[in-house]
Amino acid sequence: MSAVEVHNLRKEFRRRSFRRSGKSTCALDGVSFEIERGECISILGRNGSGKSTLVRVLSTLILPDGGEARIFGHDVVAGAGDVRRLVNRVSVEASFFKKMSAVENLSYAARFYGLGIGETRRRIPQILERVGFPSSRRDSRMETLSRGTQQKVALARALLTSPVLLLLDEPTTGLDPRSKLEVQEFIEQIREAHDTTILLCTHDMREAEVLSERIGILEHGRLLHLAPADELLELFRADTIEEVFLASTGRSFEDEDEEQPLEVTKK
Amino acid sequence: MTRATLALRHEAIGLLGVVERNAYLVKRYAIWEVTWFVWTVANTLTIVFIAKGIEASGGQLDVKRETTVLLIGAVIWSYLGILFEILTQTVGWERWEGTIEYTFMAPLSRAVHLLGMGAFAVIYGLLRTVLLFFVVASFFTLDLGQADFWAAFVVLVIASVSFLGVGVMTAVFPLISPEKGTQLGFIAQGMLLVVSGVYYSTSILPGWMQVIAKISPATYALEGIRKAILDGAGVTDLWSDIWPLLVIGTVAIPLGFVVFHRGEVYAKRNGLLKRSG
Repeated sequence: MSAVEVHNLRKEFRRRSFRRSGKSTCALDGVSFEIERGECISILGRNGSGKSTLVRVLSTLILPDGGEARIFGHDVVAGAGDVRRLVNRVSVEASFFKKMSAVENLSYAARFYGLGIGETRRRIPQILERVGFPSSRRDSRMETLSRGTQQKVALARALLTSPVLLLLDEPTTGLDPRSKLEVQEFIEQIREAHDTTILLCTHDMREAEVLSERIGILEHGRLLHLAPADELLELFRADTIEEVFLASTGRSFEDEDEEQPLEVTKK
Repeated sequence: MTRATLALRHEAIGLLGVVERNAYLVKRYAIWEVTWFVWTVANTLTIVFIAKGIEASGGQLDVKRETTVLLIGAVIWSYLGILFEILTQTVGWERWEGTIEYTFMAPLSRAVHLLGMGAFAVIYGLLRTVLLFFVVASFFTLDLGQADFWAAFVVLVIASVSFLGVGVMTAVFPLISPEKGTQLGFIAQGMLLVVSGVYYSTSILPGWMQVIAKISPATYALEGIRKAILDGAGVTDLWSDIWPLLVIGTVAIPLGFVVFHRGEVYAKRNGLLKRSG
């Protein structure tokens, strides 16, 4: 059984309007792929390409319009409860209650996954140490921590619940180079130490190349390619993944500011 | 441990987590809590002084009794405000902090999540309400010698079940309207109390409002608590107010869960569970 099976997944967002007809944005347009247990794949795509929608569908936060997605055999809609026990996520925003400390945030979050008081008291210091979180800041409010340090706590939160599928939605976007490297090193450690399957959505092509076995390119909600980096390089006769992206989509990442999500007018 | 026992244990720990998180927030915002309490005392006093004001302007009334009637109304108003605010925070505050997606993707049933918020709201609300009652009462010379505080407390706890059901329904508003949903919770609080005789008897209301009053849990809560404190009625004497509360609570809680579930499905269909702060 594959860790993740996605078949013809579709999602459109309709603009709320008093008129019956209106524009809709196609976020996922017939996406299909599989991830094997223990594998790490990266999905590259510009803003609005559908990466975050894909992550949200897999983490049961968005209901798809069509197709299906299964996590270790559990359907993300019909078996959402089972899926939630297997999945955790780190997103671009290290979202926490900012007046609370790292330990307080981790403590209540662990409780949501059924971890008792004794277990969290033992595991939280261990896991914070593993991600390189300074022990002197454990009781500091999250708002006083740097963004890189907050992202380490976000990784700790995800790992605390021992997920078998880890969804990483641009976890290093906006981090300074040193924090970025630390987070990337830690993701590599997780892969080596655990049997965790990882879906990494990123803007960073080098990150995708280094961390994952296969790279996918998502454009306008369509998964254009999903293959090992060397196969993509060969396919497009390219020297870098940037060139692959350009040849595959006809655009570079720099075009993204002018890019609009694909809109469909409904009659 | 069987699968069912394990699942039950996880849900119980999850409920504890919801209460724990809210306790951390109260601790971290302690100064704001004190500030808000002082404001609530001031706000309650503006209402409770009305009885003395009427007497001073020549009105004929039993000042001590009417002051107590107003005090109970104002305290219940405050209590409902706390319950509804905390339940509305289930979505509103989490959306602002950006934690909403992490909470909603956790393997914690929504019913337990909401019950956890409700349990904290009731514990915290009761503590504040009891404190508010006695702090405001200390400004007046009230005749509370025959009050049955235990019976009043029992009525408030039983009424809380119904209030939670309504509160869960209002908690759905920020889910479907991130911009204006929180304010709708306050509207529901006001609508509930205006028909329930918060500062007056429901008998003075127009006929159609009296009909609505009969299905409002606040009507029975206010009547029961007033009888306990003003007339010294015990728990058994208050059965006529308690049984409607039990019936309304039995209907309101499941109805609240159904309404919230529908709101959650709508939000997930339309991608509304995102951070907006």
